[in-house]
Amino acid sequence: MLLYVFRRLLTAIPTLFVIVTLAFFLIRVAPGGPFNQERGLSPEIKANLEAQFGLNDPLWVQYLHYLKNLAHGDFGPSYNLPDFTVGELFAKGLPISVQLGASALVLALLLGSLLGTVAALNQNKAGDYSVIALATAGSTIPTFVIAPIIQLVFGLTWRLLPIGGWGDGAFVNKIGPVLTLALPQIAIVARLMRGSMIESLHSHHIRTARALGLSDWSVVVKHALRGAVLPIVSFTGPAAAALLTGSIIVETIFAIPGVGRYFVDAALNRDYTLVMGTVVVIAIFTIVFNLIVDIMYAVVDPRVRYD
Amino acid sequence: MTGRETILDVRGLRVRFRTLDGTVEAVKGIDIHVGAGETVAVVGESGSGKSQTMMAAMRLLASNGEASGTVDYRGRNLLELGKSDLNKVRGSKISMIFQEPMTSLDPLYTIGNQLIEPIRRHRGLGAAEARKEALKLLRLVRIPDPERRMKSYPYEMSGGQRQRVMIAMALANDPDILIADEPTTALDVTIQGEILTLLAELQQKLGMAIVFITHDLGIVRRFADRVYVMRSGEVVEEGETEALFSAPQHDYTKMLLAAEPTGSKDPPPPNAPVLLEGRNVEVTFRIGGGFLAGEPMLLRAVDRISVRLKRRQTIGIVGESGSGKSTLGRALLRLLPSDGVIRFDDKDISHADRQAMRPLRRELQLVFQDPFGSLSPRMTVGQVVTEGLLVHEPELSGRQRDQRAVEALREVGIDPNARNRYPHEFSGGQRQRIAIARAMILKPKVVVLDEPTSALDRSVQKQIVDLLRQLQAEHDLSYLFISHDLSVVRAMADYIIVMRQGKIVEEGPTEAIFDHPQDTYTQTLMAAAIDSTRFRASA
Amino acid sequence: MTEVAAAAPAAIVGRSLWGDAWARLKANRAAMVSLCYLILMAIVCIAGPWFVPHNYTTIYSDYVRTPPSFSAYPKAEMVQGALDDVLKRMRVDLKDWKLEDSRAVVTVTATRPIDERYLRYIDRSDTFDDAKVEAKSNDGLEMTFSAAVRQQYFFFGTDNVGRDLLSRTLMAGRISLSIGLLAGVVAVVIGVLYGSTAGFIGGKVDEVMMRIVDVLYSLPFIFFVIMLVVFFGRNFVLMFLAVGAVLWLDMARIVRGQALSIRRQEYVQAAEALGVGARGILSRHVIPNLLGPVVIYMTLLVPQVIILESFLSFLGLGVQEPMTSWGVLISTGAKNIGTANWLLLFPAFFLVSTLFALNFVGDGLRDALDPKDR
Repeated sequence: MLLYVFRRLLTAIPTLFVIVTLAFFLIRVAPGGPFNQERGLSPEIKANLEAQFGLNDPLWVQYLHYLKNLAHGDFGPSYNLPDFTVGELFAKGLPISVQLGASALVLALLLGSLLGTVAALNQNKAGDYSVIALATAGSTIPTFVIAPIIQLVFGLTWRLLPIGGWGDGAFVNKIGPVLTLALPQIAIVARLMRGSMIESLHSHHIRTARALGLSDWSVVVKHALRGAVLPIVSFTGPAAAALLTGSIIVETIFAIPGVGRYFVDAALNRDYTLVMGTVVVIAIFTIVFNLIVDIMYAVVDPRVRYD
Repeated sequence: MTGRETILDVRGLRVRFRTLDGTVEAVKGIDIHVGAGETVAVVGESGSGKSQTMMAAMRLLASNGEASGTVDYRGRNLLELGKSDLNKVRGSKISMIFQEPMTSLDPLYTIGNQLIEPIRRHRGLGAAEARKEALKLLRLVRIPDPERRMKSYPYEMSGGQRQRVMIAMALANDPDILIADEPTTALDVTIQGEILTLLAELQQKLGMAIVFITHDLGIVRRFADRVYVMRSGEVVEEGETEALFSAPQHDYTKMLLAAEPTGSKDPPPPNAPVLLEGRNVEVTFRIGGGFLAGEPMLLRAVDRISVRLKRRQTIGIVGESGSGKSTLGRALLRLLPSDGVIRFDDKDISHADRQAMRPLRRELQLVFQDPFGSLSPRMTVGQVVTEGLLVHEPELSGRQRDQRAVEALREVGIDPNARNRYPHEFSGGQRQRIAIARAMILKPKVVVLDEPTSALDRSVQKQIVDLLRQLQAEHDLSYLFISHDLSVVRAMADYIIVMRQGKIVEEGPTEAIFDHPQDTYTQTLMAAAIDSTRFRASA
Repeated sequence: MTEVAAAAPAAIVGRSLWGDAWARLKANRAAMVSLCYLILMAIVCIAGPWFVPHNYTTIYSDYVRTPPSFSAYPKAEMVQGALDDVLKRMRVDLKDWKLEDSRAVVTVTATRPIDERYLRYIDRSDTFDDAKVEAKSNDGLEMTFSAAVRQQYFFFGTDNVGRDLLSRTLMAGRISLSIGLLAGVVAVVIGVLYGSTAGFIGGKVDEVMMRIVDVLYSLPFIFFVIMLVVFFGRNFVLMFLAVGAVLWLDMARIVRGQALSIRRQEYVQAAEALGVGARGILSRHVIPNLLGPVVIYMTLLVPQVIILESFLSFLGLGVQEPMTSWGVLISTGAKNIGTANWLLLFPAFFLVSTLFALNFVGDGLRDALDPKDR
């Protein structure tokens, strides 16, 4: 098992390398640069800045330079937020984004699985229909509509929650963003769970378990549920990577100082190092969570084997 | 057989299913009773309601089904029992095994875990004792190396072994009644025999009653004391096995008993020309491998086989699943790449490409096993039947094609007025007739029939066999008849090739193979299929 | 026709799978209601802007953030405010005013003689129209004029710069729906071509083509979109091309999988055994059987595209002012929830109800075309 994890991490390095390379050249080929965005910088200052950051070197020199620094864990300075290095920006913002994302993920997995199971056990009854309705709503209403409506209802009308802000991580400040992040995920998990649970309940080995007179608890929890969580497990990998690296929408609307916003701003401002940093962070999260998912999968399903 | 205490008494049982097209009554008020230690068979073709009867008795109906009437087990109506009382009967007093051994065990738990669970639940034993019991059961059903098998997962076992484990689970708590729902249908014939022998032995040892649900009259005769014959939800006849088989009363029973394909085929004259010949045909599949995925595994599905098919001859190719018989059929038609020499009509077609094969396709036709998958669901029957004409007689007008479709459908016994209907509007037997019409419209010389009757009910099988024989006589056809069903092969073929793991183990004229099989494998095959002695050792 | 009947007995017409599917769809009430709703929404958004009395770009500076109302504006107290504004611009003082019928009769005084041409200011205001001098004192220091009070309806209110929200919402609907449809078509076309090529050719080509899709998948989705925006600029036409170009990946995978599985179907093998060539198999077997999943996926794709467009517009990367889309409107609404919540609620309702309807139609189509789920 350990060997497998080690090997998987080793094979992840070329993947990461391809992504970094692709992203590096893509953003560089794009028109514009970090210092010619209507800043009114005089040409001399601009030239100075570009020289200082080595932007005048041939592209491949810059690329090798970047790779070398990256290998040492150095993401480089941010061009547009000159007081910070990219590493510092992430050190500040990432914990906040991860906190929100992890809470939303846990909430979505627990509540979504529960709702999906309840729906499957009451297939085509009132309980099922209400879960379906909730899931349809959750997956249909976009985040950028849910977020302001939560602000409007809970923040402005009922005054139960703050409208926005991080408030140094106070619990009430997290409710709105976490709910907004979690709602669509709850919907997806509930739908997945309902579908796979219904399939699982209709499978032949469940019929066997019933014919053997096993209790409902054993039939549902031991035999049906274990098989039914497999799709949820595969869903968790990409979902976790996306949630934990911050959401642009939620962080913008609720004014949360996370890392979600960096990506868009950095790309638009051609803040090369920040773009690259974001890409690398997202890629690492994706790789790690896919690995975790594969391990989880093997834990649940003995048919999956490593050789 | 009278004087036995009746332990299961089904009275006025009705089973209804709510579907989108309204309520469907699958079982229409039937009475069945089972005595202690008795073997009762419920026989019927697909859709007769035989399985749903027992599903209803076990309260295992799908959620859109409901049952009424009474199912009394020792005086208690199972249909009205509370959930927890019911679960004290199920798996303990009455247990059940199913048709699908591959999927009936939970894939995520070990055999041991799944065996121990019902033992602990019904007998309240501790873990260690239950484990001992489980081991005893595995020995009882003759699973080799039971200690190791306890830790195995279902996917690591063969179908036959899984069915043995299912039986062990069902017998774990010494049940009064074992319901066996087509327990051998999904298994190869040789395995079928082993499982049935095991069941008969266990019944003698343990004394439980067995309710055997099946479509296979051969098994019924060799296994059951008493028989119920079901047809579209009703019991049409019941009686002691021997009495029922020797003097059936109801027309449907008579028809079922007569449904065994009969007759034989005379070999072609010795000077008949050889139409299709394969010499040292070899087909190798690559498994896995490919782009960045390492070395592929090579599987030799057909291993240096030679076949000579004469005009008006029918060669039966017999073998169990995985023997390579279908692959051989396709290779001979050049639908799969193969090594060796294939000759048709004295032309070497071993290396003919698609283009070169196209004109020959009309003479070399193929009929598939699955009458549901082999007809395109989006084409009308007329379009399906005439598709080959588009390729081989492109000069025909639409009207001429329509005329040909009418003729072809009439020839296979399908009402030509239905030619604008779609395949899903026909029954399995009708669809197979349409598939045959599609091949016959081109007036081929050689037809490869790949298990054309396996997916059909016995009575329909017989009709298809008759149709195929009639077409052969009328059009001087040569058949390559691929099947695992020896009784059908016996009626169709004049020459038989027995295949196993890609190789020919024996070949010869039909009578010789059936009467004096030489190879031990052929002998077991014949014994499993044709033997009519009863399964129980001492009866 | 009679000749045909003579040549072959009249045949019963069977019900095709499409006919079956249509019958099942018609029986699905939620799907049919949603379908009607979508058609209505499309008609309203396409034709609506021509019938709404306001242009979606016209700024009514007298009516900034006016709440929605079914009765006409201006309300009485608003006339006073508007009058004060305009008189200040004319540099005259109000002496007295009253409403007669729908005209305001106003008497003003000034320290210097009043120039009648100043009445232009009255006409320029959003509230008044058709100003006429009724009387003028001899010294010219006092004047009575009348002006029609312009009756304006703002059913959805106005936005933060004073534009009619109804016309803007309808206009936005036009954009969002057409982007949804066009980008959906782009994605479907690319996806179907790519996926069916890979699935039909199979082998090495398939492997390489799917590896490319895998690589594109592994790029963060947002990165991909933003790179496209960076390259193409904030151009409306290129926008939906870009959006479509991002969303074809799923389609390609689905179509490839379907094409592969159809190729393995026995009816395709049967056609090959008949000698049917690649073209015949493609046109008679693969494409008709692919159509179902493609239609289903298309109905799922359109809402996805609409959301993506709204999302980009929300971030300011999509449609640019004064052109508008539901995403743009919702973004404005989200910024003004404290003072003018209708700016959020109306466009959000339009967007969400459309997405719901698309969803129900998609579900209905899936149930109708793929009855295995029953």
